Amino acid sequence: MLKDKYQKEIAEILSHYPVKRSALIPLLYLAQQDEGYVSEAAMKEIAQMLRLTPPQVYETATFYTMLNLKPVGKFHLQICKSLMCALVGSDTVIGWVKAKLGIGPGETTADGLFTLSAVECLAACGTAPMMQVNEDYYEQLTEEKFDRILADLRKDGTCSLKTGPFMWPEARSAK
Amino acid sequence: MSRHELILLKNMMQPGYTGSLQDYERAGGYQALRKVVGKVPPAEVTTTVMKSGLRGRGGAGFPTGVKWGFLPKDYQGPRYLCCNADESEPGTFKDRQLIERDPHQILEGILLACYAIGAESAYIYIRGEFVLGARILESAIAEARTAGYIGANILGTGITANVWVHRGAGAYICGEETALLESLEGKRGLPRVKPPFPATHGLYNKPTVVNNVETLANLPHIISRGPEWFSAIGSPPKSTGTRIFCVSGHVKRPGNYEVPMGVTFRELIYEEAGGMRSDKPLKAFIPGGASAPFLTPDSLDVKLDFESVAAAGSMLGSGGVTVMEEGTDMVWAALRLMEFFYHESCGKCSPCREGSSWLVQTMRRIVAKRGQMEDLETLVDLCKNIAGRTVCAFGDAEISPIMSTLKHWRPEYVRLIHEAEAANLITLKRPVARP
Repeated sequence: MLKDKYQKEIAEILSHYPVKRSALIPLLYLAQQDEGYVSEAAMKEIAQMLRLTPPQVYETATFYTMLNLKPVGKFHLQICKSLMCALVGSDTVIGWVKAKLGIGPGETTADGLFTLSAVECLAACGTAPMMQVNEDYYEQLTEEKFDRILADLRKDGTCSLKTGPFMWPEARSAK
Repeated sequence: MSRHELILLKNMMQPGYTGSLQDYERAGGYQALRKVVGKVPPAEVTTTVMKSGLRGRGGAGFPTGVKWGFLPKDYQGPRYLCCNADESEPGTFKDRQLIERDPHQILEGILLACYAIGAESAYIYIRGEFVLGARILESAIAEARTAGYIGANILGTGITANVWVHRGAGAYICGEETALLESLEGKRGLPRVKPPFPATHGLYNKPTVVNNVETLANLPHIISRGPEWFSAIGSPPKSTGTRIFCVSGHVKRPGNYEVPMGVTFRELIYEEAGGMRSDKPLKAFIPGGASAPFLTPDSLDVKLDFESVAAAGSMLGSGGVTVMEEGTDMVWAALRLMEFFYHESCGKCSPCREGSSWLVQTMRRIVAKRGQMEDLETLVDLCKNIAGRTVCAFGDAEISPIMSTLKHWRPEYVRLIHEAEAANLITLKRPVARP
C-alpha cells in the first residue's frame, strides 16, 4: 500500500493544493516510482485517497505519455524523433539501438534491461540528437558516446555523460 | 560572439555563476522585489509592466500587463499565478536553460507577479521530462523560503506568497493555458472553451494568470531598471525587450541566443549561430517553433519581432528557429512535424483529432510514393477544415507545416507523386477510406 509506505510524501503532496484532485498526477508519479509503472491496484488506492472514482483516475493516467501503464525495462531509452532532432540524425540513433540491442520502438530487451521509445520533442533541439534515459538527458550523441552510455548503464546503472544544468552554447564560446 | 547586451542570460554567462541564492543576490537579485513589496501599490507594478510593453514569450505574444489587468478588481477570494514551464514546442529550449541555470530570476519574477495580481499561491507547471529542472526549482524555492522571500509574511510585510512546483506528465497540449489549468486540477489536459478566460475563471474557477517562464524572468529587470529602459530595447513600440531565440538544425553553432527583438534572421543565423554547418546553402527555416509556417531564404532580412514575422506570413511564436539546408526533403520535414501534431492532438475537437490522423496518413502515402494528384487537394481541403474550427490554437498550428511547404515547395510534392505514377504503384490497395 502506498499509504503506509509513503505517508510523509503523500501528506506533503496533498498540502500543496486546496483541491485534492490536483494531487493526482504527483501521486501517480509516486506509484510509478515505487513499482516502475502505474498498476491498477495503485490507481484504485489513489482513487480512494482522493475520493475519486477509479475511472476518473484511469482517464487521467491514460492521457499522459510519461505514466507507464505496463512495466518497462530498467533503463527506458527515449529517443526524440521530432524534426529538429531528425535533421541531425535521430533516426540513425534509433538504428544504433536496433543494431546493438535488437529492439525497435516499443520493445524491451529479453533481459528486461532496456526499453526503447521514440518520443516527441524533449526541448534539446540545439544539442540534438538526444535521448532521455529514465530521468537523465544525454545530448549531442555520437556512436562512441552512445556505446559508452550503454556500457556504463549496464555496469553502474548511470553514466557521467548525462547533462547537468543546461546551457548551450556554454559561457566561453558565447562571450 | 554576441554584440548585444544580455539581460536574461547575463548572470549565467558570468564565470562560476551557479544560480544559487547567494550568487543571485550578489548579482543584484531580489532588489526589485525589495523595492516594491509593501512599498509600491500592486496596481502601480501592473502599470509599470504595461508601460514596458512586455509581451508574452510563450508563443501568443499577448501584452503581459494587459493580461494582469483583466483580473477582477473587487474579487475577494483567492487568485492564482501559474508559471508555464511546460516548454514543449518543437524547436524551443530556452526555458530549460533559464530554469536550470538561474532559477531565482524566475522566482523573483513570479513573486513580483504574485504581488501585482494579489495571488498568494503560485504553481510552476513544469514539463514532466524536466526532472533536473524541477529539482533545481524546488531547492531554489527552499532557499528563498529560508531567506524570507517566499512564504507567509515575505520580507516582513505581512504578505503571503507560496510557490509550488507541479510536474506535468508528457502532453504538449498542456502548454496551452487552459489545458495547463485542467492538468493542474488533476484532469486530462483538454483546453477549455473560452470565454470565460482564466482571468476570471481559471484554476479552481478562480481568477488566474498564466505567464511563460521567460516572460516572468523579465520582470525583475523591468522593475529595477524601469519601463522606459525596457521599452527602448528591441523594436518599439510593439516588440520591446530581448528574446532568447533557440537556433537548431543545420547551423554551425546551434543554441540559445539572446538578442533584442528586431534583429534580422540573417544576423541570428549567420552571425550568432555561425551560419550554415556545411557549404550547402540555406533552403528553409521555421521562425517560431513547429507551429509557425516555414519561410524561404527570401525572408532572411525579415526582422525578428512580432509584427514583421507576421507580415512575412509566419509567426514569431516561441522563438524556436529551425534551419534547414539545401537537400532537405521538405515533404518529409512537413510529415515529421505532422506526426508530432497527430501524436499530441488531445482529441477534444473532431476536426483536429480526425483531421490530424487523416493528414498523417495522406502525407505518409505521398512520401512512400503511393500518392496521387488528388491527394494534394485532400491535404488542402483537410487543412482548411481544421483551422478556426477547434477550441484552441492547436488546430491552426498543426496545418502550418503542410500548408507552408505546399505553398513554397509544391514541386517536391508533385515530383513524389509523378514518381509514384511512373512506378505504377498507385493501384496498390489504399490504407484508408477516401472522403
